[in-house]
Amino acid sequence: MTLLPTTTTKKLGLVIDLDTCVGCHACAVACKEWNEGGQFGPLPDEDAYGAEPLGVWFNRIHSFEVQPPGVPADSRGNGPLQQLLKTGFAEQAPAMTVHFPRSCLHCEKPDCVTVCPTGASYKRAEDGIVLVDEDKCIGCKLCSWACPYGAREYSEQRGVMQKCTLCVDRIYNESFAESDRQPACVMACPTRARHFGDLGDADSAVSRLVAEREGYALMPELGYAPVNRYLPPRPRRNGCGETARANSEESLDPAQLPPLLRWMDKLLSR
Amino acid sequence: MHPALSVIFFTTLSGAGYGLLALLGAGIALGWWPKTFASVAAPALLGMSLAGIGLLASMAHLGQPRRAWRAFSQWRSSWLSREGVCAVLSYLPALTVLYCSWRLDPKDDWPLAARIAAALLLLAAIATVYCTARIYSSLRTIPAWNNAWVAPVYLVLAGFSGGLWLWLLASWQHRHDALYWNLIGLPPWLLMGVVLSAMLAAALKLMYWRRLDQAAPLATSASATGLGRFGSVSSFEKPHTEQNYINREMGFVVARKHAQKLRAVAMLAGLALPLAAIGASVLWTGLSLTFALLALLGGSAGIFVERWLFFAEARHVVNLYYGSTQV
Amino acid sequence: MTHASLKLHEPVGDDVKTTTCYMCACRCGIKVHLKDGKVRYIQGNPEHPVNRGVICAKGSAGIMQHYSPARLSKPLLRVGERGKGEFREIEWDEALALAAQWLGDIRRRNPDELAFFTGRDQSQALTGWWAQQFGTINYAAHGGFCSVNMAAAGMYTLGGSFWEFGEPDWEHTRYLMMFGVAEDHDSNPIKLGLGKLKQRGAKLLAINPVRTGYAAIADEWLGIRPGTDGLFVGALIQQLLLHDWVDFDYLVRYTNAHYLVVRNPGQADDGLIARDGEQHPLCWTRAGKAERADAVDIAPLVVGEYTLADGRKAVPAFQLFAERFLAADYAADTAASQCGIDAATIRRIAAEIADVAFKQEIRLPIAWTDVWGRQHAEMIGRPISLHAMRGISAHSNGFHTCRMLHTLQMLLGAIDTPGSFRYQPPYPKGVPPANRPGKSRKADGTLDAGPLGYVHSPEDLLVDAQGNPRRIDKAFSWQHPLAVHGMLQSVIANAVAGDPMRIDTLFLFMANMGWNSAMNTTGTRRMLVEKDADGEYKIPRIIYVDAYASETVEFADLVLPDTTYLERYDCISLLDRPISDADSASDAIRHPIAAPDRDVRAFQDVLLDLGTRLKLPGCLREDGSPRYPGGFAQYMVEHERAPGVGLLAGWRGRDGQREGTGEPNPQQLERYKEHGAFWHAPVPLAGRYYKMANRDYLEWARSLGFVGSVHAQVIELYSERLQRFRLAAQGHGAVQPPAQERERVARYFDPLPFWYAPFEWAQIDLDRYPIAAITQRPMFMYHAWGSQNAWLRQITARNFLYIHPQTAQSLQLRDDDWVWVESPQGRIRVPVRCHNGTEPGTVWSWNAIGKKRGSWKLSADAPESQQGFLLNHVISELLPPRADGYRYANADPVTGQAAWFDLRVRIEKAEDTLQFQPHRIEVARP
Ligand SMILES: Nc1nc2c(c(=O)[nH]1)N[C@H]1C(S)=C(S)[C@@H](COP(=O)(O)OP(=O)(O)OC[C@H]3O[C@@H](n4cnc5c(=O)[nH]c(N)nc54)[C@H](O)[C@@H]3O)O[C@H]1N2
Ligand SMILES: Nc1nc2c(c(=O)[nH]1)N[C@H]1C(S)=C(S)[C@@H](COP(=O)(O)OP(=O)(O)OC[C@H]3O[C@@H](n4cnc5c(=O)[nH]c(N)nc54)[C@H](O)[C@@H]3O)O[C@H]1N2
Ligand code: SF4
Ligand code: SF4
Ligand code: SF4
Ligand code: SF4
Ligand code: SF4
Ligand SMILES: [Mo]
Repeated sequence: MTLLPTTTTKKLGLVIDLDTCVGCHACAVACKEWNEGGQFGPLPDEDAYGAEPLGVWFNRIHSFEVQPPGVPADSRGNGPLQQLLKTGFAEQAPAMTVHFPRSCLHCEKPDCVTVCPTGASYKRAEDGIVLVDEDKCIGCKLCSWACPYGAREYSEQRGVMQKCTLCVDRIYNESFAESDRQPACVMACPTRARHFGDLGDADSAVSRLVAEREGYALMPELGYAPVNRYLPPRPRRNGCGETARANSEESLDPAQLPPLLRWMDKLLSR
Repeated sequence: MHPALSVIFFTTLSGAGYGLLALLGAGIALGWWPKTFASVAAPALLGMSLAGIGLLASMAHLGQPRRAWRAFSQWRSSWLSREGVCAVLSYLPALTVLYCSWRLDPKDDWPLAARIAAALLLLAAIATVYCTARIYSSLRTIPAWNNAWVAPVYLVLAGFSGGLWLWLLASWQHRHDALYWNLIGLPPWLLMGVVLSAMLAAALKLMYWRRLDQAAPLATSASATGLGRFGSVSSFEKPHTEQNYINREMGFVVARKHAQKLRAVAMLAGLALPLAAIGASVLWTGLSLTFALLALLGGSAGIFVERWLFFAEARHVVNLYYGSTQV
Repeated sequence: MTHASLKLHEPVGDDVKTTTCYMCACRCGIKVHLKDGKVRYIQGNPEHPVNRGVICAKGSAGIMQHYSPARLSKPLLRVGERGKGEFREIEWDEALALAAQWLGDIRRRNPDELAFFTGRDQSQALTGWWAQQFGTINYAAHGGFCSVNMAAAGMYTLGGSFWEFGEPDWEHTRYLMMFGVAEDHDSNPIKLGLGKLKQRGAKLLAINPVRTGYAAIADEWLGIRPGTDGLFVGALIQQLLLHDWVDFDYLVRYTNAHYLVVRNPGQADDGLIARDGEQHPLCWTRAGKAERADAVDIAPLVVGEYTLADGRKAVPAFQLFAERFLAADYAADTAASQCGIDAATIRRIAAEIADVAFKQEIRLPIAWTDVWGRQHAEMIGRPISLHAMRGISAHSNGFHTCRMLHTLQMLLGAIDTPGSFRYQPPYPKGVPPANRPGKSRKADGTLDAGPLGYVHSPEDLLVDAQGNPRRIDKAFSWQHPLAVHGMLQSVIANAVAGDPMRIDTLFLFMANMGWNSAMNTTGTRRMLVEKDADGEYKIPRIIYVDAYASETVEFADLVLPDTTYLERYDCISLLDRPISDADSASDAIRHPIAAPDRDVRAFQDVLLDLGTRLKLPGCLREDGSPRYPGGFAQYMVEHERAPGVGLLAGWRGRDGQREGTGEPNPQQLERYKEHGAFWHAPVPLAGRYYKMANRDYLEWARSLGFVGSVHAQVIELYSERLQRFRLAAQGHGAVQPPAQERERVARYFDPLPFWYAPFEWAQIDLDRYPIAAITQRPMFMYHAWGSQNAWLRQITARNFLYIHPQTAQSLQLRDDDWVWVESPQGRIRVPVRCHNGTEPGTVWSWNAIGKKRGSWKLSADAPESQQGFLLNHVISELLPPRADGYRYANADPVTGQAAWFDLRVRIEKAEDTLQFQPHRIEVARP
């Protein structure tokens, strides 16, 4: 039923660390592979070897650029390239490149569920996972319109809506070793930038991580109350402590005592 | 948003159908409707057919049309489900009215039962169109839809396009008639209604576009990524170099230049032309049927364009992840 | 709310096997789940030392590679003209008989007429051995066009290297400087390591013209101009010297900084290390006399000029080093003007690294004993580490730049100490390792040593009496004396030109030389079909082994289709490219998990079969019967390089109780399969650091057969070995370069590292070609193979040329404009996109996305061929002509490393107004 549960016992979700994500797409492909052959699959591909390859993915990796403020627009380069390369470019703090994985955020108040006319979309009361029952889905696509985060993907071939399941078929799976009861994307991530757990429990490792690193939700103004959290890139550091800075200023005057002479009576031991 | 033909046909045809049924319902409920079986049966059947074709068109949009029956189940939360329920339920009063008119002696007054059924038909038709509008206007993800102008526009245009169909129908039925108003096809109250609805629609639509062009952005790439605190956020690489479902479905944008032209087409063909046709038929009653046909064709084309733009101009917030900086 | 069909406890499949991934050279452990006989799911093996359970995009997508429609299915014999892709399917017997006949003729005539080159080969222990058995000197793998600068500079400086033979101390480092790394071979270990580093809050500094991937998460990014790292590093060194930020004790303990260098200009001993009568190196001590430099408990001096007993003058190597780097050439301001990093930043970075090295020193309470028998209560660490890869190596100045990086590490005392760069066993194995390349054939026709090795002196070169190259690729010649990995990139052009020789058969294994691994791709494709006046192909025969329909297949006369990695035995051997990490030695196997559904054979088996047919000595028993009828699986177990030394180090000895060395164990592969397909031996705790002079480590290493003795391996600040080549060029010694090579050898065999402008720049008009053009590896694609993968190509099916927005503006370019990228070699038309994280004087693109139309079983209108492009078409394989018209390879003069990233281009908007402008290639005919 597409009425939302008033509360959920747990709020399972992902915490994604943008400070460490290198944009390798490992999570996206592991997700695709896990779900392709599983009960939420296949995740069909169309024109797989042709001009317009297109397929269903539950997790996609974007890259953004962030240009720090304070660069007047008119200071951008002008004039012939040769000149520019010689005289240099406008002083400009370097832009950040941020890799940004995006999958279902298992929102607490998601319209993707309430708009569903069939009851195929639902949010589980026990853990908050938002799922699609593919046997009920009529493929009206409305839920994908209702999702601000682009997390729902429709399969033309299967005529149903598909989305991230938070690996519900892994995380409770008693046929798995305990250590394998994790989402496929989390297990794959080579930088360990992805974390899974109960964000409803303030004491859980993920909640503590969020508290410590000031994790945030995406587009809170939409009111969907996403469960997943993103950890912001740590401030980029140029210096490495004041001492280093001071050291670079304090300089031995080589003219006074040239290094070669200074080292003449260096006491070294071997 | 991708302007899918199935959805455009669905909203415009069923809008016209329910508009027609609503007028019928209103006329009978008020007791103003002619009491011949033909004058009820024709619009009732046409209205139900248009609504039915519209609903069938919407089925074409479904990936699993055979499971469409499931769509009636979630009326407690889903406007789409409610729309389906209302759409089907409105057939009950429509059939009742039809039945009554069949049994009715034209010399008698409209019986209470028929008038109640007609009133219910009016309400059900309005509700259905309202639900259709709410399917869209309830989506918080699409600012162009999520506003107070959408439902009135849907309702007024439904009535208007129903009126145009009715006009054509009536002027056909009365093509050999000698009476002035009959020759035009519609009684003055209905004709006035069509005229007013066109003007109201124009006003609403202009307000709608004004809002569309001036509304503050709902969200930005800064909030979509949460990276705004570091500076201005723009897309560097998308997850896939080729298209995906989200881009195809949600990424459609019509160029501003074209949109302006199409808005004019919608207003001129959809509203101004029918109005002119009504005016002309008042002057040249003998050509009413032709004018009615012209009005319907122009009006339908205009509303089709309006509906196409309704989708094509609407931008979904998900585009913030795919290159847009604000939506 | 329920979901009737939701099953929470479904098993993954019905069977699971462990093996080793092959989707790149990282070689992670994987668990392959099977369901109904099909591969259902591949996950990282959490027990595996390489990846500890994680798996990358390519690894997960391996399943699609296994089921790729582009797989070859039967041996093919060319029927039409070469290059047209017209083949007849033949049976294996016919194919092998034909190959054996061709190769047999060559072996009888002159084995060197076979050029056997392998690309992304992971079985070089086998292929190199086979070449040796065949008797050809013309064998190499892909290292020459890959990163031999890193390998050679490392091996000749510290007996180990970056690349995948060393790693930063991920657990302890506080500051990592990463030079020119987009992905690297150690893909997953680096990512795991960066994750740890970030968690600990250590600083990551990326020096790279492009800010993506690893550089994106760096705390600081220095967008350096390509090819100028040597200036930047040189300037850092100058700052360290000026401020005395130098670990002198480390220098005199572990390097040859204090060794006395003879100053005797013009004489045969100039620049050589002063030695005593027993050839022990000398140093000058505070005692005022020359003493054995390798003695302990002495107090050596690092500057000053001293007179040796025989009256010659000598100075400590360090003084020469300091003189070089204190010169104005390496002043911060000078460097800043060329490398795009301002002088203040250079000074600050120098201060930062010094601060970390000397003020944030760490001490691990681990007792250890040095090779001199002295006990140390703790391990003192300089938590600053460096890592570098192709951004340094793929330049014609890469060898010296890399050596300079190593000298920077030495000054900081940051080689194999806690927190610094660390060796991975079996390295360090000697500076350089002892094995020299084979030069001559024995009576049985085999080569006297493996064809690749380390040249120790001019005498080891493969040159003829006139000093001309003997090898087809000119590796180990005076042109590229330390080309320790050979020069695959030169083979085709040289063979076609007949310079230095003609060959009969080019035998290629998994190297896409007809496309993305060629420099001058268009020219290479033309050369492959070039004919003599008599109508014979200039390369008469090409045998190619691939598993897929790559661009090179169409040039083969005979195609031998390989299996996929899930269908064969393979060996990841310590004799080859080890997968060890700094704390342990490891090796691994692959074994068949799925049976091929087509008529393909594992190349390793095929090679042994061919060897048997050719009666190569190593492939036969004394009685003449086949030595390895069981194929590679048998070879992996039974073959011994030296008594007790085989391909696999685990479970050796008859009873499987021995490690490292021991008799072959018939049950060995079973043991591997039971243990996750890998073997893993941790380094004893006391041996974890200072491996070059740590007795605990070296004894352990000797017990496993990695090193022959427990002697200190001296890190070379000053390379006497290079000086010997220079002396030869100056007319000293028995083996001297021909006249026309002397100047070049003398210049580039500088015993101390130095920066020089990449060759290409020096010889073209930089005003016409002002922009550097480079490539990067996408993390989710492996060279050419990824595009046949239905999943991976959805991520990237086309590439763009990325350009800084200001540069774009000055050229009036916007996103998605098409531009001409022109080099002296020709021009290509490609789409551009702006990227702020690109150094303004640089453009770049993802490597190997562009495909030849119709290859890899992609449709003819696939974006890979319509919009996707390769820069390779505008990269020349040769440098502009020397004064006498001779053209050197576009490569490093020391190592022969292909200089991919020296490319300079001009960018012009393509003015065509066509809406759709497919990629175009216009390359001038020579
Ligand atoms: N512009 C530019 N060019 C470059 C580089 C660059 O940075 N920029 N990098 C260079 C470097 S470092 C390298 S190493 C080269 C890489 O170039 P190559 O070594 O040529 O690598 P691939 O393109 O992957 O080609 C390897 C071939 O192996 C085949 N193959 C894959 N799996 C198997 C298998 O199981 N068995 C067999 N028999 N064949 C298989 C593939 O189909 C493919 O044809 O490219 C070089 N080219
Ligand atoms: N996913 C994936 N992994 C791979 C491969 C693959 O194809 N795909 N290939 C494997 C192979 S064969 C190799 S050789 C390794 C190579 O691994 P990498 O060394 O990471 O090779 P590249 O991708 O060529 O990256 C070179 C980097 O150097 C930068 N660069 C270029 N010129 C300069 C310069 O002058 N100075 C500095 N500081 N930086 C510079 C480039 O911007 C780029 O980031 O990767 C291996 N791993
Ligand atoms: S991210 Fe989208 S699909 Fe997922 S719960 Fe939220 S609204 Fe629904
Ligand atoms: S597409 Fe399926 S899941 Fe989505 S709203 Fe329609 S019926 Fe529900
Ligand atoms: S939780 Fe599972 S389904 Fe969701 S993105 Fe990760 S792997 Fe995919
Ligand atoms: S696997 Fe990890 S590092 Fe790679 S893209 Fe996903 S979150 Fe980022
Ligand atoms: S890094 Fe990826 S492709 Fe390479 S071996 Fe590991 S899992 Fe396989
Ligand atoms: Mo490479």
